[in-house]
Formats: sequence, C-alpha cells, structure tokens
Amino acid sequence: MNEQPLWSIFVNAALVNNFVLAYFLGICPFMGVSAKVETATRMGGAVMFVMLVSSMCAYGIHHILIMIGVPFLELIAFIAVIASTVQLVEMFIKKMSPALFRALGIFLPLITTNCAILGLALFQTNKGYGFVQSIFYALGAGAGFTLALVLMAGIREKLELATVPDFVSSTAGALIIAGILSLTFMGFAGLGA
Amino acid sequence: MAVPDKKPVVATDEFIKGLWRDNPVFVQVLGMCPVLAVTNTAMNAIAMGLATSFVMLMSNTLVSTLRNFIPKQVRIATYILIIATFVTIVDYAIEAISLELHKSLGAFISLIVVNCLILGRAEAFASKHTVRIAVVDALGMGIGFTLALLCLGGVREIFGEGALFGIALFPDGFEPWIVMILPSGGFFTLAGWLLLINYMQQRKERGLAAAEEVTK
Repeated sequence: MNEQPLWSIFVNAALVNNFVLAYFLGICPFMGVSAKVETATRMGGAVMFVMLVSSMCAYGIHHILIMIGVPFLELIAFIAVIASTVQLVEMFIKKMSPALFRALGIFLPLITTNCAILGLALFQTNKGYGFVQSIFYALGAGAGFTLALVLMAGIREKLELATVPDFVSSTAGALIIAGILSLTFMGFAGLGA
Repeated sequence: MAVPDKKPVVATDEFIKGLWRDNPVFVQVLGMCPVLAVTNTAMNAIAMGLATSFVMLMSNTLVSTLRNFIPKQVRIATYILIIATFVTIVDYAIEAISLELHKSLGAFISLIVVNCLILGRAEAFASKHTVRIAVVDALGMGIGFTLALLCLGGVREIFGEGALFGIALFPDGFEPWIVMILPSGGFFTLAGWLLLINYMQQRKERGLAAAEEVTK
C-alpha cells in the first residue's frame, strides 16, 4: 500500500507530472481541441469526469482480477470499461447540451482512445494507490489536463492575430508552444514530491 | 462500402505510401504519445517502433480476415479488443526478452492499445481490403513509424547525451543539452522535423509553380 498523502498526489498529478506536458498523454485532443478556450474548458470537464469514473472502476477491476487470478486480462478489461464510460458520457451530454455535443464533435468518442485515461488507470495500479488515493489522483490528472488544454487554447487564440511564416503550419507551431509550456511546468519540479 | 474503389490497389504503392507520402508521424501526425514519450534514446525508439509494427501487423491481418463477420455497430469495440489482445502478448514478450527495456518503456507498451494509428489503420484500411493488401499496408506504416521514431530518438540522443545507441560521438568536452532528454525536448524535436518537412514541401511546390510559369 502506498502511503503518499492526498494533497501530494493531487499536486503531483496536476502540476509536477502533468499528464500532457510531462508524460505526453492525451496529445491528440490537446492538439485538436485547443483552438478555443471555451471548447477546451468543456473538453477538460468531460475528460475529468471520464477519468474519475474509470479510475474508480479500474480500482475495483484490478482487485477482482487479482482475486480470480487472471491479471493478464487487465488491459482488456480497462479498455472495455473506459469505452463504456465514454459512451455513457456521450449519451448524457447529447441529452443535456446538444450545443456542447456538436462543439466537441468527433473528439468525444475519441476520448476512448485518449491515452491519458488508460494511462491513469495503469499508473494508479502500478503505484498501488488505495481507493481514495485513486480518486485524488484522477482529480489531479483531470485538473492538470484541463489546465494544460486551457493554457494552450489561450495562447493559440492570441497567436491567431500574429503573422507567422506559412510553413509553420498549425501542428508544428502548436508543438513549439507545447514545448515552451512544458519547459515552464518543469519549474514545478520538487513541489509535493 | 457505398462507393467502391475504382482504382486498382497496387501492393508496392501501399507499401511506399506508409514510408513517405502518408508517413504516420510526419504527415498524418498520428500516434503522438509514444512518439514523444519514449524517443529519448534511439534504442527505445526502435523497440517501440517494432512493438507497434507487430501489433499493427497482427491486428490488420485479423481485422481484414474477419471483416465480413464483424457487425458494423460494434466494430470499433471489436477492433480495440483485438488490439488489446496483441498488446498484452507484446507486453509479456518484451518483459521476457529484456527486463531492462521493459522498465525503460514502462506503461507505454500497454498504451500501444490507444495508439490512434493502429485503430485508424484497422478502421480506415484493413476493414475494407483483402488480407494481402492489409498486411502490406501494415508493414509500410509500421516501418514508416519506426523510421520516424528513430529520426526523433536519434536526434534527441545525439544532442541530449552526446551518443548514439550508447556509443559516445563527441570528445569529452561536449556538454549535453539536457533539455533534449526532458519532455520539452520531444516537443521541440518533433516540431523541428515538421518544420523542415513543411518547408521542403513548400519549396518543391513553389519550384513546380515557377517551372510552369516559365513554360507558359
């Protein structure tokens, strides 16, 4: 059992080892949905929710699989749970806010293949977090993802007005910004370690 | 398929396109997570590339074989399960072959499951083509992916550690650029390669346009 205090888990996942900028998890939506701050915030919210649910499920699944002695099914079980959670969130958003559903577009089903969520489930298992610790880990990771996404969107909104050489296409330019953001986040190293 | 493909599918074309014209990393910009995360040394890059290629080859083969049996509504879920099975195999195989390598790649082997490239090839190509063509496509994409990873891993290892495949390249006075090994180095290196490729592409297009002007 891991004895790490809860606040340290949260700060670690959100800032020090930010999922996007330090682990490179969830780069696809990071590049794809970070053009507008508003969409970015909502995407962050959706990812955070899926993370929370799948983290709780992953905790249970891990223990059940260990109990019945088939740990090699873990990966398959995790991905199946994540896919169904995403389906659930998709139906929920479609019902509650059709506008948001349209804004997120293809990226909602793509949360399934968002490495950040599977990564979260795998990391928490590796680190041996308990149930409450897992929840805080998921919240931290979700907050970190949202933070990175919103920061990126803010910068890109400003950059719309700037003149850049045209071979610096959107992806290459976005990668450079991400690199600089990642350097900035190195400054948090040592916090809550 | 609503619109049948009229062009004959030539095997060599499908192979070459993965290497250059539709290179998964530099042109399609797919499967970014492993591209950036494990390319801090050339060796890791090659291992990751081979593991991904193997999974892609097997999943493309199986998806293409079963393409007439998989119901349309649950196809994505089926593909993911197929991919997850092969990833589990690769994970255990790497652990058996080299524990050190398994440790340095870490959770990123399991994360091959969510590599959009593999799912993308299964959905966009293997589910619509015969087994033979699907295998060729997977081989081309796999080799293209591995080469691209090697390009990144090589550059990062040379500058970040002053070595390639663990062999020192520079005299002792060389001060390694730590930033290249850090996460931000991954972003910068990939951005650099993309810039170079975009720039060359544009120059070529401009050259063609200029040549047309002259002939007019």
